[in-house]
Amino acid sequence: MTAVDLGMPGLPTAPRGVGHLRGDEPFPDAARTALRNGQQRANLGHATTTIRNKRARVVAELPDWAQLREAGRALKAATMARLDDHLEELERQVTAHGGTVHWARDANEANEIVTRLVQATGATEVVKVKSMATQEIGLNEALEAAGLDVFETDLAELIVQLGEDKPSHILVPAIHKNRAEIREIFARTIPGVDPGLTDDPRQLAMAARAHLRERFLRARVAVSGANFGVAETGTLCVVESEGNGRMCLTLPDTLITVMGIEKVVPTWRDLEVFLQLLPRSSTGERMNPYTSTWAGVTPGDGPQEFHLVLLDNGRTAVLADEVGREALHCIRCSACLNVCPVYERTGGHAYGSVYPGPIGAILSPQLTGVEDNASLPYASSLCGACYDVCPVAIDIPKILVHLRGEHVEAQTRLTPEAAAFRALSAAMSRPWLWHLTQRASRLGRLLARGKPTLPRVLPPPASGWTRSRDLPTPPTSTFVESWTREHGR
Amino acid sequence: MSAREDVLGRIRQALGPDRTTPAEVVRDYRLTDGRPPGDPALLDLLVDRVEDYRATVLRCAPEEIGATVAAALDQGLGAGWATRDVVVAPGLPAEWRPTGSDVDDDRPPVQLAARSAAVTAVAVAIAETGTLVLDGSPACGRRALSLLPDCLVCVVLADQVAGSVPEALARLDPLRPLTMVSGPSATSDIELQRVEGVHGPRTLLVVLVG
Ligand code: SF4
Repeated sequence: MTAVDLGMPGLPTAPRGVGHLRGDEPFPDAARTALRNGQQRANLGHATTTIRNKRARVVAELPDWAQLREAGRALKAATMARLDDHLEELERQVTAHGGTVHWARDANEANEIVTRLVQATGATEVVKVKSMATQEIGLNEALEAAGLDVFETDLAELIVQLGEDKPSHILVPAIHKNRAEIREIFARTIPGVDPGLTDDPRQLAMAARAHLRERFLRARVAVSGANFGVAETGTLCVVESEGNGRMCLTLPDTLITVMGIEKVVPTWRDLEVFLQLLPRSSTGERMNPYTSTWAGVTPGDGPQEFHLVLLDNGRTAVLADEVGREALHCIRCSACLNVCPVYERTGGHAYGSVYPGPIGAILSPQLTGVEDNASLPYASSLCGACYDVCPVAIDIPKILVHLRGEHVEAQTRLTPEAAAFRALSAAMSRPWLWHLTQRASRLGRLLARGKPTLPRVLPPPASGWTRSRDLPTPPTSTFVESWTREHGR
Repeated sequence: MSAREDVLGRIRQALGPDRTTPAEVVRDYRLTDGRPPGDPALLDLLVDRVEDYRATVLRCAPEEIGATVAAALDQGLGAGWATRDVVVAPGLPAEWRPTGSDVDDDRPPVQLAARSAAVTAVAVAIAETGTLVLDGSPACGRRALSLLPDCLVCVVLADQVAGSVPEALARLDPLRPLTMVSGPSATSDIELQRVEGVHGPRTLLVVLVG
C-alpha cells in the first residue's frame, strides 16, 4: 500500500518495479533536458501543428459535434457508475461466444497471465498491435524475460523498438523523430534493408512492410489491446490505420487481448458515438482506415482461441476519487497532447509515464498514487485547451487542481511555497498589510532595471520560480492606486 | 479470493454503498442523415469521401457489374492480369466474378497472400465517412481475404449506402466479425503525413452500382 491514496484509502495503486508509469526524474528536471533538444522541439512543433489543423477541420464538419461530445461524456459517466455490472456482462458474453476471460489485479498478474497463455501454445514469437495497456504494464519486458521474441508491428512502435527508444505520444509514439532520424534507425537495424533507402515517408513505410510481412504470415500468437469492449454483445473493437492490427487480429491461431476495465461500454449502439468522436479527434480523419470488431471466436474466420485479460492496475483506486475518476473516461485520442503548450515544448518523455501530456498529468499520478508522480499535476499552465478539445469533455484542469490539492495536503513539512502562501494569506486578510506589501513589491523594479521581466538570478527560494518562468516586473502603481487616481474613492 | 472477486469488490468499494444513479444518456445528435439509404445524393457523397482517401470509385448500372469489376482489376493490376491471381469471396454472385478466378475456400489463410487481388461484396457503406463495412458473410468473405491480397475490389449496391455512422451500425450484426474499411491502409506515423499502403491492401477500388 502506498502512503497517500487519492480518495478512499485501501484501494491499491499500480505496483512499483513493473511497467512504465513512473519516470526516473521529476518532470521539471526531465523537461529541462528535453527543452535543450532543439531537433525534438522542431519535430514536435511541426507534427502537432499539422494534426491540430486536421482535427479542427473534420470536427467543424459535424453540425452535432457538441451533442456527440456530451453523449460521449454521459455514456462514460453512466458506465463507470455501474462498472461492475458491465464487466460481469462482458465476461458472460465473451464466454458465451467462445472466448476466455481472465482478471488481473495489477501489472504483474496481467504479465504472468499473458506469459502463461503464450507459453501454453508452444510459440516462441509474439506479434503485437500497439496498445497503451500493454505498454503501461511492461508486457514486452515480461515476455522477453520469459525467453519469447516480441515484435511490435505498428510503424511508430517499430521505430521506437528498433531505436531502443521510448514512446513519446499516445497515438504516434515516434512523433519526436523526423524522417531523417527514422531512416537512420531503419538503415542501422533492419537486416537486409535496401542501402539506397531514402527518407521519403513512403519508402520508409514500405521498408517496414517488407520487414514485418514474413512475421505476420508465420505468427501463431498475437497480443492486442482494445479501444472498446461491448458488454451487451461481448464485441471487442480495435481502431487502427495500417492493417497491422488486422494482421494480428486475423491470422494467428491465438489472440490475447489486454483491456483496461474502464474500456467497457454498455451497448453496441454506444459505438455510434465513439466511432464518430475518436477518429476525428485522434488522426483528424473522418474515419480511420480500419476498425475491427469481433465477438469471441468465429469458426473458419480468425483466431480459434481468444483470451480477454481485464486489467485493474490502479484503475479502481482512480474510480474511488469522485473528482479524479473522470480520467477513466479517456478514449486515448491524444487530442489533448496535440494542443498542449507544455507537451509541445517538452515532448512526451519528460512525463516519465507511457501516458504523457494533459491526460498523463491526471492519469499517471492517480494510477500510481500521487507521491510517485508528484510533479505531474504541476506540468500544466491550466490554460484549458485540453478540456476544449477532449471528445468526452474531461475537465482536465479541474482534476489537475484537485491533484495539486491532494499533493499539498499530503506534505507534512512546510515548503517555501506553502510558507509564501501563508504569508500571502495573512497579508490579504489585512488591508493595511496588503497595501504595504504591494508597495514594497515595487522594489522589484530596481532589480529589473527597466526590463519587462525580472532577471533570472533571484536568490533561492525565488529562483525556483524564475528558473523556468518569466516574472513580470512589478508595475509603478497598484490597481487600487490607479483606480483611486482615475475614479476617486 | 480470486482476482475476479477482488477486482469486482474493489469497484464496489470505490463506488461506495450509495452510488449515484446516472442520468439517462441524451442522444440528441443526428441519428439519421435524413436521406434514405441509396439516395442519389448519398451515393455522390460516398464517392467524394472515398476518393478523398485516394481510393478509386467506378460507377455502373446493375447489369454492368461483371464488366466493371474487370475494369477495376485492369486499373488495380494493370492490363493483362491473370484471372487465377484474383481470388473472390465464396458467396460473390457468379456474374460479378471474372471468369476463371479463384474462389476462396477453407485453405490456410496465409495462402491468400499469394494472390494479387481480391473481390468482395460489402454489408453496408457509410456515405459521410467514406467507409465500407464487411461482415464475414459468404459474399464479403472471411477477414483474411480482404486483407492479404495487395489490391481489393469491393462491390457496393446503392441500397447498402447509409448516410451516417448510427444508421450503419444499426444495420450490422455485432456478433459477426466486422471490418470497417475507409480507404487503403495508411500510416501517419512519420511526421504525421499520411502515406497510403502499409500492411493492408495498398490499392482500394470501389465498384458502386447505381
Ligand atoms: S483526455 Fe480527452 S483529449 Fe486527452 S486523450 Fe483522453 S479522450 Fe483524448
